[in-house]
Amino acid sequence: MTRTAFWILLTVVSLRISPAQQILINAAGATFPYPIYSKWFDVYHKKFPNIQINYQSIGSGAGIQQITAGTVDFGASDSPMGDEELNQFRQKRGFGVLHFPTVLGANVPAYNLSGVAQQLNFTPEALAGIFLGKITKWNDPELVKANAGVNLPANPIVVVHRSDGSGTTYVWTDYLSKVSKEWESKVGRGKSVNWPVGLGGKGNEAVAGQIKQTPNSLGYIELTYALQNKMSYGTVRNAAGVFTQADLASVRAAAAALKDIPDDFRVSITNPLGKTAYPICTFTWLLIPEKIADPAKKKTVVDFLGWMLAEGQSQVESLSYGRLPQPIVAKEMKGIGKIQ
Amino acid sequence: MPAFPRTATSARPSWRAWSFLQGFQSGDEVAHGLSFAAAASVILITAFLALELYRNSVLTREKFGWSFLFTKVWDPVAGQFGALPFIYGTVVSSAVALSIAIPLGVGAAIFLAELAPARLSAVLTFLIELLAAVPSVIFGLLGIFILVPVLRAAEPILRGVLGWTPLFQGPFYGVSLLSGGVVLAIMIVPFIISISREVILTVPGDQREAALALGATRWETTWKVVVPNARKGITGSVFLALARSLGETMAVTMVIGNDPKINASLFAPGYSIAAVIANEFTEATGDLYPSALIELGLVLFGLTIIINGMARLLVESTMSKGSA
Amino acid sequence: MKSFHNTRRKVVNVVMLSLTGVCTLIAAGTLVFILSYLFIHGVRSLNWEFLTKLPTPVGETGGGMANAIIGSAKLLFLAMVVGVPIGFLGGVYLAEFAGTTTSFVLRYTTDLLNGVPSIVIGIFAYTLIVLPQHHFSTFAGGVALGIMMIPIAVRSSAEFLRAVPGSLREGAMALGASKTKALLTVVIPAAKNGIMTGILLNLARVAGETAPLLFTSFSNRYWSPGWDQPTAALPVMIFTYAVAPYDDWHQQAWSAGFVLLALVLAVNITARLILSKRGPVAH
Repeated sequence: MTRTAFWILLTVVSLRISPAQQILINAAGATFPYPIYSKWFDVYHKKFPNIQINYQSIGSGAGIQQITAGTVDFGASDSPMGDEELNQFRQKRGFGVLHFPTVLGANVPAYNLSGVAQQLNFTPEALAGIFLGKITKWNDPELVKANAGVNLPANPIVVVHRSDGSGTTYVWTDYLSKVSKEWESKVGRGKSVNWPVGLGGKGNEAVAGQIKQTPNSLGYIELTYALQNKMSYGTVRNAAGVFTQADLASVRAAAAALKDIPDDFRVSITNPLGKTAYPICTFTWLLIPEKIADPAKKKTVVDFLGWMLAEGQSQVESLSYGRLPQPIVAKEMKGIGKIQ
Repeated sequence: MPAFPRTATSARPSWRAWSFLQGFQSGDEVAHGLSFAAAASVILITAFLALELYRNSVLTREKFGWSFLFTKVWDPVAGQFGALPFIYGTVVSSAVALSIAIPLGVGAAIFLAELAPARLSAVLTFLIELLAAVPSVIFGLLGIFILVPVLRAAEPILRGVLGWTPLFQGPFYGVSLLSGGVVLAIMIVPFIISISREVILTVPGDQREAALALGATRWETTWKVVVPNARKGITGSVFLALARSLGETMAVTMVIGNDPKINASLFAPGYSIAAVIANEFTEATGDLYPSALIELGLVLFGLTIIINGMARLLVESTMSKGSA
Repeated sequence: MKSFHNTRRKVVNVVMLSLTGVCTLIAAGTLVFILSYLFIHGVRSLNWEFLTKLPTPVGETGGGMANAIIGSAKLLFLAMVVGVPIGFLGGVYLAEFAGTTTSFVLRYTTDLLNGVPSIVIGIFAYTLIVLPQHHFSTFAGGVALGIMMIPIAVRSSAEFLRAVPGSLREGAMALGASKTKALLTVVIPAAKNGIMTGILLNLARVAGETAPLLFTSFSNRYWSPGWDQPTAALPVMIFTYAVAPYDDWHQQAWSAGFVLLALVLAVNITARLILSKRGPVAH
């Protein structure tokens, strides 16, 4: 009698010990959207406590590498995977990978210049010159002429760039390649380039940290990092000749210039036409494998994408990221069906 | 384990089988076997590690051969990989570290071994040896927020005094080969002090007494008699410290600037082998890129083997001689 | 002329000897400085929230490193499981059973393994465990740390075993004990203190290691259940937070640094005190 009771008790207790299946998903990639991703995954976890999406911001290049190696469940990048990278993925994993845009973001020239209170204006020539190492002082004529009335010091400019494979770098160099022939031929565009000058930081975080720590420095970071850390950042002259500051309106205008988006969602929106557009904006993508073996994980990813395109979008503007335009959202909703 | 009574083995008919079983019963074979298995696995793990390093770097080894060690260009996008900037950064930051740590370390070792009263010496040695236990990442943390700003403030002085050499020219941003070297110096000085002090202590007292009897001052005795006697061990400690500094990753990557360029000036940012592996390994796409990084790891491994080997030889020979 | 020369020698004597004192002060003072600086800056944010809460999303203040503290504990536990048995038994072999050639080979190999830079051990564990398993894990990180523990465990166990006086061994054998029995009942217990403190010192050393964890245990914003998920660890969090721009993260890095340093130093000080009190072996 007591024996049966014991076994019944044991069964009951062990049944109670297994609650709703805990689903642990690991993801890694771009540092550019890390603030909004970490917020999203936190909100999602609070909504579904048994779902944990652990996102590590290690850079777009590392995100692409880890999803190709299969060590994470999905990746993230602000540089769309090139054809060669897509082929490599297919070779290694046996199936393809899908790009899902999540937010729009702006790449701003942030700087540390004590004694200069006004927001600086940067021409495309100035930015290219600085990063090529040809413009070396803050009071260079190219900078002075765009900033009348500002007392620019004669200090040397300390350039800060990414030391890791970065989608933010891709966007920045993509822009510089479009506005400077010399940059395009000498350095070109890519997640990693042969920087003529500068200090390297790993991730948007370290570049922002380095700029904050180093007087007279200038580097490129995502807008949110500059805002969250109360850093100065400059305006950039766009293709229409207007010095625009990166903000929700100018980012929206940059995306609005896009006529239509290809089916695989890979597109660049730097240096668009449009009077109010900020010239250095980008989509950022989640890299989802076409096949997800674990059914529970697959359902979670699919559900999250759906949530992200609806409720998630309502949270992005509070962190200064741009919402996805509606036609793109609709197209993505259809694209979710491609995940098997 | 039942204890079998020992009997005269020769009286037993199958004494060989019996003594084997006896050994087994008393566990000697088991103990021997188990510990041998452990020792063997240590050797196997090390061999396997070296093998994996060698195997996984085959692509770049075949493509670049020895020129890998002498090429300046590190361009993952174009598939051009050269180890020279990293070897340069590693060697230079370690050289800076040693040039600070050797005088500091030997000086402190002399004080602790020759001059300080025993209790004080013990306490101070204790404190200094604890420095060796501080994790690398904490040195990096302090490096970013204390050392780099201090060096930035001290730059005008350095430039004023030493700016005539190519080592201290050019712009200075804080993160640099110099900062890397200084952080490493603090990290390796305990090793030099600890071993040098022990070696100096083993120098026989009669050497000192003879010098003093001849009228030498304390300093002259120490510098001209004692230290030369301990030279081998001190050099060994320097090699040990060097091996340590070559492999340091975190503290270096946090203050060295992470720029794969070769620059004569210490004010310029640099890059070390360990730092580039730590920064770029997770994003090494394709097959050639990871192979290049692993080959860098192999180069570093090789360097540390050689230096450690020399260190051991020097230190062990001195210690065995001195303990006579 | 001669007296001038002598005075010069005397001056040099005083100057150089005082310089050596200054060198010692700098070296010893650095540790005091580091500890006090971390204390002053770290203790400020060392509150209950820091010790019990998970990290908050990027840019939001608050949160803590509870998962990193537990993660480090798990990693060290696994490192012990991997490193101590192999290390200790290897040390037993080296001290008790090895002949001259095997002894030389084993000592040389442990020196080799000890000299491997920690980042290279990370690469090894990545190719050995993470790639075939297709995920980062606490297991991979623990194995990497365990491999780092082995060489020192072998050498220090062997040293403490060898230091057991021959009289104890001979006494055991005179009473009829076999080698193993002598080992188990006399030699190892005599060396017990030294061996255990050696293990503690070893653990304290790998507790601060960051590089091998970067691509094995990776990191985690949440709790890491079991052994095959990525996990947060104190040193990795310190690194991540230190290079970031957020002041709140810097604060947490100081606190984490203080916790890590305090634990490491506490273990070191205790171990050395134990070693210096009990014989028969000096370090």
